[in-house]
Amino acid sequence: MAVKRLHLMVCAGTGCVSNKSMEVKAALETEIEKHGLAAEVDVIPTGCNGFCGVGPILLVQPDGIFYQQLRPRDIPHLVEEHLLKGRPVQRHLYTPPGEKGTIPLMSDIPFFHAQVLIALRNRGMIDPEKIEDYIAREGYQAAAKALTTMSPQEVLDVVKASGLRGRGGGGFPTGIKWESTKRAPSENGTRWVICNADEGDPGAFMDRSIIEGDPHSVLEGMIIGAYAIGATRGFIYVRQEYPLALKRFMIALNQARESGLLGEDILGTGFSFDIEVHRGAGAFVCGESTALMASLEGNVGEPRAKYIHTVERGLWNMPSCLNNVETWANVPPIILHGAEWFTQLGTGDVSENPWGGSKGTKVFSLAGKINNTGLVEVPMGITLREIVFDIGGGIANGKRLKSVQTGGPSGGCLPEELLDLEVDFDTLTAAGSMMGSGGMLVMDEDDCMVDFARFYIDFLMAESCGKCTPCREGLRNMNMILQRICDGKGQEGDIELLEEISACMIDAALCALGTSAPNPVLSTIKYFREEYEEHIREGKCRAGVCKALITYKVDADKCSGCTLCARACPVNAITGETKKLHVIDPNVCDRCGACYDACTFDAIIRV
Amino acid sequence: MPVEVSEAQVHEIVERWQRSESFVIEMLQDVQHEARHLPRSALEQISREVGVPMTRLYHLATFFKAFSLEPRGEHMVQVCVGSACHVKGAPRLVHACERHLGIKSGETTADGKFSLEPVRCLGCCGLAAVLTIDDELHGHVTSANVERLLKRFQKQEKKAEVT
Ligand SMILES: Cc1cc2nc3c(=O)[nH]c(=O)nc-3n(C[C@H](O)[C@H](O)[C@H](O)COP(=O)(O)O)c2cc1C
Repeated sequence: MAVKRLHLMVCAGTGCVSNKSMEVKAALETEIEKHGLAAEVDVIPTGCNGFCGVGPILLVQPDGIFYQQLRPRDIPHLVEEHLLKGRPVQRHLYTPPGEKGTIPLMSDIPFFHAQVLIALRNRGMIDPEKIEDYIAREGYQAAAKALTTMSPQEVLDVVKASGLRGRGGGGFPTGIKWESTKRAPSENGTRWVICNADEGDPGAFMDRSIIEGDPHSVLEGMIIGAYAIGATRGFIYVRQEYPLALKRFMIALNQARESGLLGEDILGTGFSFDIEVHRGAGAFVCGESTALMASLEGNVGEPRAKYIHTVERGLWNMPSCLNNVETWANVPPIILHGAEWFTQLGTGDVSENPWGGSKGTKVFSLAGKINNTGLVEVPMGITLREIVFDIGGGIANGKRLKSVQTGGPSGGCLPEELLDLEVDFDTLTAAGSMMGSGGMLVMDEDDCMVDFARFYIDFLMAESCGKCTPCREGLRNMNMILQRICDGKGQEGDIELLEEISACMIDAALCALGTSAPNPVLSTIKYFREEYEEHIREGKCRAGVCKALITYKVDADKCSGCTLCARACPVNAITGETKKLHVIDPNVCDRCGACYDACTFDAIIRV
Repeated sequence: MPVEVSEAQVHEIVERWQRSESFVIEMLQDVQHEARHLPRSALEQISREVGVPMTRLYHLATFFKAFSLEPRGEHMVQVCVGSACHVKGAPRLVHACERHLGIKSGETTADGKFSLEPVRCLGCCGLAAVLTIDDELHGHVTSANVERLLKRFQKQEKKAEVT
């Protein structure tokens, strides 16, 4: 392949594709052809860059110029200016919110600047459908090093010493899990490694991004893990909502097999290992280890009690090591660069006790009421404030931050006072939340914490498999109580009742879905109790979210009489003439909020 | 568009997955894809050919959200109701879709054209609120602009039918 002068890296992550990045790519190719630049310039589709909020994204390499929000019709001008005349086009460069000056270089943009990339090391740099691209960036070097120069025990020792802990939610030390699987008795020597790519946490999409952007990093991690543990077969369980991830895995697997990196006698070392892929069918609980294994066997995904661990008897009763996508993706760099390199980043000390700290980085998906939404990989120990304000660019629309939710449905809502918390597995748990899989949702003053707790309990109630009573009945009852509080029918004692049900679920539920389910409720009661009390005692929702407690009104100062709201209203509750103040009839209004979304002047208020 | 699957097709699906018990979920997915539901006859055939009891197949069919025992619409409108979309107005969006299609979430229009389903997180939280119409994902959707989106799709659909 001839070396080209410029590489145009077009983001082909799901977010950018939905914003028509493939049309941008086609336009680039047309223009390049037209100007006879094909010999000098290459257009390469890459995995997700993480800065999904400003897509479609184009990165011009090797200069590192970052273009955003491109449309196909912008391309002729861009090609002419930048590629022919060498002048970056100002108006497509990034401008930080509230500022005027543009930032041309990706590496200077605050969103990228503070990030440290280990799991996402290849993001935006390679074509995920080409194994050569992965190999060109140190890919499969770690596997080669492990298989040809290290004993399985040595590999295991490096992973143990690195202090790597599971990125799927629990934060269990990976090296210990590998060791237990390796040591577990197996009559015929069968052991499995499994990759959990079920990613069911609403609000988290790092696993999807890793698979779509760099599938080989996961496969390489699994090969190394299998070698250390002595496993001969691996399984990947992907959720069916991620069709592109599934496709990328299939392509990567075939390429790895063709290159002799999977199959019999890998790299001529005598070690044999292959991987098969299974699709989930839409059940959150199937992300739980025992439910996932049941589902792999072709059964419904109901968890079982874990007094017998899956590392001893898991899939088909064989020793099984299950790790998360991001965990697997962390393995190759650790093997290549060593445990010491990894432990330089992060918190605590893991040299004696594997639970003594959180090492390396964590990928978070930043979403909600924040300026820069997307995926970020940051060192463990960074504060919430740095993530939200430095990387995330602060709260959108000049609003005030109310809460940061971490850990999805198993996690909790933290208040503004805790923004200086240093984020790691243990600090988040101590604060009543959880690292979880890395969802980080920022909420502002327009979000109701009671409604949000109800939202998660709704979710969990729908997803509970129903096998154990504390979870099934506990969630149903919590849902009933929260619903009545949101409807303005809450009673004195409801908060205490929620706490009591929570305590029972924490003690008695069968799996972590049930034992962690109370977290959204308990953390909001702990930090935002006054909102619950207002709902119950005063029938008031200060955020203006709970339908039964609010009325929609028009702000006379802001209304321009544009008639948008009246046209949006499905029940004709809004009257008013063009260029004159509009009025909502509260007796007709069904509080659907269509006018609120339609108004472009922020003139619809909820009181 | 038919909502059936022939005996030969089911047989082909079973063979595709090597008659293996651990791939029954995949088989059901393929049948669901063909027939937009799981017809009883297909379940019986899988039960026979793979050797798993009907109770187990029904258990799977009713446990996983990907499956339905009633035919789904030709086109799926899936509104993400994950946490990030929730705070960006997903409940209002669902309401607007229900209004426009004249059905409740989880239902199918009388002409069998559209099904409306809330889904938990499509993993595009940076673009919240999002919905998909079949395989096409739309970001930054609100109750105010969703009607246009659906109308445009319905128009294209009509055109495609005529030609
Ligand atoms: C209800 C529930 C859902 C879960 N969902 C996921 C998931 O989607 N992805 C994941 O990696 N782990 C998930 N987990 C955690 C897994 O049970 C398991 O701890 C993890 O995959 C182990 O990998 P790790 O040690 O690399 O984190 C879930 C746990 C529970 C209780």
